[in-house]
Amino acid sequence: MADATTFTNQTQILEPFRGIKKVTIEEYFTSGHRTCQGCESALVMKLMVKASGPRTIVLGSTGCMYVANTTYYTTPWVVPWMHTQLGSSGSAALGTAAGLKALMKKGKMKSEPINVIAFCGDGGGADMGIGAISATLTHKEYNSLILLYDNESYANTDIQLSGMTPYGAHTTFSPPGKAHRIIHKRWKKNMAGMMAAGHPECRYVATVCASYAVEMMNKVRRALTIGGPTFIHSLDPCPKGWDYDPMLSHELGELAIETGIFPLYEVEDGQLRYYGKTKAIVEGRARKPVREYLLKQGRFAHFTEEDLSYFQSKVDEMWNKWEVPGVVPFRRVDAARTAATNT
Amino acid sequence: MAVATTAAPTASDEKELLISGSEAVAEGLALADIDVVTGYPIRPYDTVIQAIAKKIANGQLVAEYIVAEGEHSQFEIVKHASTVGARVFCGSSGVGWAYAMECLVVTPPLRVPMVCLVGNRALDDPGAFGVEHNDALFVRDLGWMLCWIDTSQEAIDTTLIAYRVAEDRRVFLPLAISADGAFLTHSQALTLVPPKEKVDKFLPRYDRGDLLLHPDNPITVAPQANEDWVIEIRRQNDEAMKRAVAVIEEAYADFRKVFGRGPENPWFEEYMTDDAEIILVGMGTISLPMKVGIRTLRAQGKKVGLVRLRWFRPFPTEKLVKVLSRAKAIGVVDRDYSFGSPFHSGVVANEIRAALYNAEKRPPLLSFICGLGGREVTLEDVYKATDLCYNAANSGKSEAKTLWLGVRE
Ligand SMILES: Cc1ncc(C[n+]2csc(CCOP(=O)(O)OP(=O)(O)O)c2C)c(N)n1
Ligand code: SF4
Ligand SMILES: [Mg+2]
Repeated sequence: MADATTFTNQTQILEPFRGIKKVTIEEYFTSGHRTCQGCESALVMKLMVKASGPRTIVLGSTGCMYVANTTYYTTPWVVPWMHTQLGSSGSAALGTAAGLKALMKKGKMKSEPINVIAFCGDGGGADMGIGAISATLTHKEYNSLILLYDNESYANTDIQLSGMTPYGAHTTFSPPGKAHRIIHKRWKKNMAGMMAAGHPECRYVATVCASYAVEMMNKVRRALTIGGPTFIHSLDPCPKGWDYDPMLSHELGELAIETGIFPLYEVEDGQLRYYGKTKAIVEGRARKPVREYLLKQGRFAHFTEEDLSYFQSKVDEMWNKWEVPGVVPFRRVDAARTAATNT
Repeated sequence: MAVATTAAPTASDEKELLISGSEAVAEGLALADIDVVTGYPIRPYDTVIQAIAKKIANGQLVAEYIVAEGEHSQFEIVKHASTVGARVFCGSSGVGWAYAMECLVVTPPLRVPMVCLVGNRALDDPGAFGVEHNDALFVRDLGWMLCWIDTSQEAIDTTLIAYRVAEDRRVFLPLAISADGAFLTHSQALTLVPPKEKVDKFLPRYDRGDLLLHPDNPITVAPQANEDWVIEIRRQNDEAMKRAVAVIEEAYADFRKVFGRGPENPWFEEYMTDDAEIILVGMGTISLPMKVGIRTLRAQGKKVGLVRLRWFRPFPTEKLVKVLSRAKAIGVVDRDYSFGSPFHSGVVANEIRAALYNAEKRPPLLSFICGLGGREVTLEDVYKATDLCYNAANSGKSEAKTLWLGVRE
């Protein structure tokens, strides 16, 4: 039966948009959602499917982008969409892609490249679902994109800390108190770096921020074009969880990049390319102090000077000490010290 | 399990193979031309994946074969593959089935007709490979169809019937086939394997219709419904399970027409029940020691029979009551436990008690817990159960409601 079909493992060829005026008009994520005012993740959804186009299936794990987006009878999705369990974005991508592939290969469905995108929040993706995402990134014969929208908390359940919540942030599970000013003392996972470094056959990993919308859409298009399993990490300011005026979402996204807290890059076939302001930082441009970003957000309102300088020092390390700045936190063995221990 | 020494008469176009229960399921899966299959190791269920992997490696089955990183993913992968129209298979055992629980919960309301094998195994802790039915029974209230098989022949036949029933648009519910760990999954018997042409006559292609997730049918699946709609969605599942009764009967009738074999009564097997004073009830391979014991008891003039329940969900309430209410006493032998339940009885015993509640004639019913963790159910156990049932029959009531057999006290 396999011989009787025209099945190929091809992807759709999605050329990059050359500037904002060249972006297609059609929307595939429209009205019908009820996210907060200024919700950057909702914008990410809209840009994501604008970039992928209509021949796309989207899967979404439990979280704000499920609960606030798809109230029964009021879906904003123009493309086919399906919910998946909180930790299942990896499996949803893999299962959907495998189902399509099997049917096309066996001649049971018309053969055509269909984009498969599974999105997840930071809680669903970087905490609960990391194992399934990791597994999917090793299945190179199935084309899919996993997009992690990172609003830095379990937002939908009322803003609880996740493994992606920044150090010290005030969440409903980490309230500052009289005995302990800081409850959440863990440093945020390096999710994109980990996915890129840990999955040698995953051909495309990128970080994005919707403040840079064209770049963001083009990375989605690149991921879908290149094929195999791919991964994109998007940093999404969240007015409710981060506690700021919804007007500031775009600006906070920019500040996250300019302070060096969140680097913009892609790793394609093992080759690292920095983007925009991140590239400038790598080339020597001064980073803005982290306090300019942190103090605009209520979740850091309890920070003292000491907390701010700790945070700054950790970000400085990313750029001054990491073997691959902002991406890989390894350090070279200090040659002088090695010599000393060897004698 | 004993291997049949004399072969059943072979229909000319069927192959006869000496295969285990798990291998027989794999034969059925190849004939059903499944599209996506996922595996994850746990005994005893893993034997079916080993058999499928060989078939795929040898080109006897073309399917996407994915070894998952855990049972949760294993079930989610096939769930999603099914929503784009693929015929899927997976399964598990014991704590593996428990690990997938979240994914087992979502398949009935999503109307995903996946077919699974549960190689029944005791739950940890303590570690035990042997059979207990509690794993599969986790899903008994959730919209899963559940059946228990007893032989390799039943394994292959039920696999084909399972897809036919689950994928019937009137049903569209997941179905788990339970096979006793070791006693069936690993035990070989002569098994008839039908030709593909016959299977194609019996089993139509999986057609997801307007529920298909595809760019040509851009639907939104499983939105947030809340109190506005959840109860209606539950009700739809309830109706589907009720409709499954007729669909199962149709499927068995057609199976007999196409293949020329298979039971007339899909729901349970009756062994020497026609004139039975005492009827024992059990599920799965427990039938073997029971049948052997019953033959000996019959020789002693004791009129004992067996009902081996095949289908647990949907539960064949009326049909079962009709047979059981003829007896003077009923002994239900559960290979499971339900701590703190009414009379601290086994699951099947309490289901049958509930089924009998409205019956005109309600014989005394004794609940036996037996064979847990794969412990052998002995002839002594069968004789003891029968004696106690006779005591209850003679006195017209059962003092001790629940008895554990073959246990160190
Ligand atoms: C297995 C499971 N555990 C817990 C929940 C409760 N829950 C629903 S949404 C959610 C938050 C998910 O956080 P994230 O993935 O970051 O998405 P966000 O809500 O922030 O958009 C949680 C914990 C769930 N749905 N499933
Ligand atoms: S809580 Fe945050 S992520 Fe959720 S809808 Fe509101 S702004 Fe968006
Ligand atoms: Mg989140």
